[in-house]
Amino acid sequence: MKFLSRYIDSIKPHFSKGGKFEKLSATFEAFETFLFVPGKVTTRGAHIRDSLDMKRLMSIVVIALLPALLFGMYNAGYQHFKLIGETRTFWPIFGFGFLKVLPILVISYVTGLAIEFAFAQIRGHEVNEGFLVTGMLIPLVMPVNVPLWMVVVATAFAVIIGKEVFGGTGMNILNPALTARAFLFFAYPGDMTGDRVWVAGGGAIPPDASTGATVLGNMAQSVIDKVGFSELVSKLPGDLDAFLGFIPGSIGETSKLAILIGAFILVYTGVGSWKIIVSTVVGGLAMGWLLNAFSANAYMEIPAYKHLLYGGFAFGAVFMATDPVTASQTETGKWIYGFLIGMLAILIRVLNPAYPEGMMLAILLMNVFAPLIDHYVLQANISKRERRLKKALKLNNQ
Amino acid sequence: MPRVYITRKGLNIKLKGKAEKIFVKADPAELYAVKPTDFHLLVPKLEVKEGDVVKAGTPLFHDKNNPAIKFASPVSGIVASINRGERRVIQEVIIKASADLVYEQFPKGDPAAMDRDQIISVILSSGTWPAIRQRPYNIIASPARTPKSIFISAFDTAPLGPDFDFLIKGSEKEFQAGIDVLARLTPGLVHVNISDEFPASPAFSKARNARVNYFRGPHPAGNAGIQIHRIDPVNKGEIVWTIGPQEVIMIGRLFMNGVYDASKVVALTGSEVLKARYYRLISGASIKNIVLNNVTEGDHRYISGNVLTGTRIDPEGYVGYYDSQVTVIPEGTEPEFLGWAKPGFGKFSLSRTFFSWLAPGREYRINTNMQGGHRAFVATGVYEKVLPMKIYPMQLFKAIMIEDIELMEQLGIYEIAEEDVALCEYVCPSKMELQALVRKGLDLMIKEMS
Repeated sequence: MKFLSRYIDSIKPHFSKGGKFEKLSATFEAFETFLFVPGKVTTRGAHIRDSLDMKRLMSIVVIALLPALLFGMYNAGYQHFKLIGETRTFWPIFGFGFLKVLPILVISYVTGLAIEFAFAQIRGHEVNEGFLVTGMLIPLVMPVNVPLWMVVVATAFAVIIGKEVFGGTGMNILNPALTARAFLFFAYPGDMTGDRVWVAGGGAIPPDASTGATVLGNMAQSVIDKVGFSELVSKLPGDLDAFLGFIPGSIGETSKLAILIGAFILVYTGVGSWKIIVSTVVGGLAMGWLLNAFSANAYMEIPAYKHLLYGGFAFGAVFMATDPVTASQTETGKWIYGFLIGMLAILIRVLNPAYPEGMMLAILLMNVFAPLIDHYVLQANISKRERRLKKALKLNNQ
Repeated sequence: MPRVYITRKGLNIKLKGKAEKIFVKADPAELYAVKPTDFHLLVPKLEVKEGDVVKAGTPLFHDKNNPAIKFASPVSGIVASINRGERRVIQEVIIKASADLVYEQFPKGDPAAMDRDQIISVILSSGTWPAIRQRPYNIIASPARTPKSIFISAFDTAPLGPDFDFLIKGSEKEFQAGIDVLARLTPGLVHVNISDEFPASPAFSKARNARVNYFRGPHPAGNAGIQIHRIDPVNKGEIVWTIGPQEVIMIGRLFMNGVYDASKVVALTGSEVLKARYYRLISGASIKNIVLNNVTEGDHRYISGNVLTGTRIDPEGYVGYYDSQVTVIPEGTEPEFLGWAKPGFGKFSLSRTFFSWLAPGREYRINTNMQGGHRAFVATGVYEKVLPMKIYPMQLFKAIMIEDIELMEQLGIYEIAEEDVALCEYVCPSKMELQALVRKGLDLMIKEMS
């Protein structure tokens, strides 16, 4: 590797200030730091630094997402062959899903990274690694049938409007991946909701088949159709199927097992906030029980724990709500933030059939309110300090 | 039973090269330095010139803004050179030591029989005053102010920090004498803070004229700033003084013997030191003799102090005024191929993102590499894991960045010093320079308040 390192050092002057390719310095830095942890040493302050850098941090999140991605690929194939009524062995099923999901993943990364590099160049700062995670999250919250051009548009929207206009990485208010999904959800509802979009190759399905709908879609419909509790329950998948993920849904959200593995990685390595995950789950359960207590319709009677198994609740709690930039940034605030996400997600799901999936909207809403929560937590700290000062002044005057 | 203060947040960085508890007497150094750069914001005004003969205790320079604060020569000899840096700012005043030590004589005395002003004038004239620092701002204490309390942290939790229980051996009486002096300077308490985890020297745990407090927890529990925050936090307009145990001993010696005796013990530590031991030397000594033939081959960094807050010095440089430790670690100029993607069995981290968590007891040889490029400020929540204070570090850092004086004050800048956020800087995945940032914030406050 000496050779490569020497080569990079030899071309470096061209990309530094005054060099031929000065304008491409951010791109150069990105590739250089990708290949080598630079030999740059500390100059002032602490003489040693923690081995953890942004690249490692983001890589851990990507690794945590891998189980969900791999299962999502398998499930895309599984749902397809289930719908057309054919049985296949493992590899053809996985292969089918792999070929369906991979283009979405590639498109998301290419679009997003191109924009990131361009902005880094224009602004003259380093390329930040945050998009490594966003680029992975975007495909995982899409239905498998989403047209590729929509992924391009949504990713571009998310990176530019969701992140860069606020000043780039670390400054955004809304979670970029959810911004992408919300954009498509409201701009192209036909391709983001309904029975047709969740299973790949849905075009070959006879028009009267409704097996491609998500559980949440079915439940929302049941409220409109005013079906009874027992009929609704009979339509639900088994808890084990829902837990393992053999149900239709966005690519990465179906397997709660894969998400739990990811959650474990995030929490054990100390990268994700367990406080947010726990409080979101508690909030969801609390709302579920509250709705149980009223039980005005069949949907409200659904046992609270089942809400955690369906739709994007688990995925959102583990990978979306915990985004440190858009979440509440104070430790006390994290409890409030997570709890409200959980409550709102279930509330929107159950009481508003127009939006079968409440998680996306709940997280985006709480993203907006997170700074407000932090403000009040900080105010409490500030007023405690002021009270202490007043007490000290009083003592001195006596 | 005194109270035990428990802190949970923080991090003990496990480095190789802890000093063995053996006193070594190296050949006395030839050269000694008093460095104005050890004292933040000091504008020195020289009182000697090159070639002058000085005794231990002869003032070399004083503070231009407060001429009463003098900085004395630690040894007797000749002023060998006055080294200046950019814009002729004085960096070092070098003294070439004479063969036998001659002291300036100051009035001896029993502090109980003297009034506060007399005590202060003795400390000031002997050049011992800079040993006392104040919070807020972490600068030399102003003799004109009266502190509400005085804090002595008698244990060091910093990486490879010296064991004060060991290095106080033989100076127990002087330490008590120093406390007796300090107790006359404040209407409040003198706090001696020791660790709860192992038995402390009786000089600390049975100190008279002071309150003894116990602390338990990872670094930075040994920082005076953390202890003040827990016991007697600094409010706006209040002053607390801090002083290290070895400086307390110097004040004790001043009043017992009437001399400025700057001898102290320094721990030589770090992975590149062959024999890490404790050395008896005199403040400001060149480290030349103690590192000679005592470090490994290679490109090293020599630090006066610990790896988190210390100052970089030359291999023939001088021990800093406040430091009881010299650390030698390898430089990290070698780029590492795909270093961020490796499993990292040998990479130490607060997080468990490297597989080094499999070996919790291991000690590491850590070099000076930044371990990554500078990145945008992302609120990853790691600062909060290593600052055991009821302060929101990230919000405070942002307030300093935007220079919002009022917000800085509200968020508790008076309670914090650079050293308290050294661990935040260490763990920061964006590789921000947070100690320099906090220093900037403190300087802004000083300017605003004056």
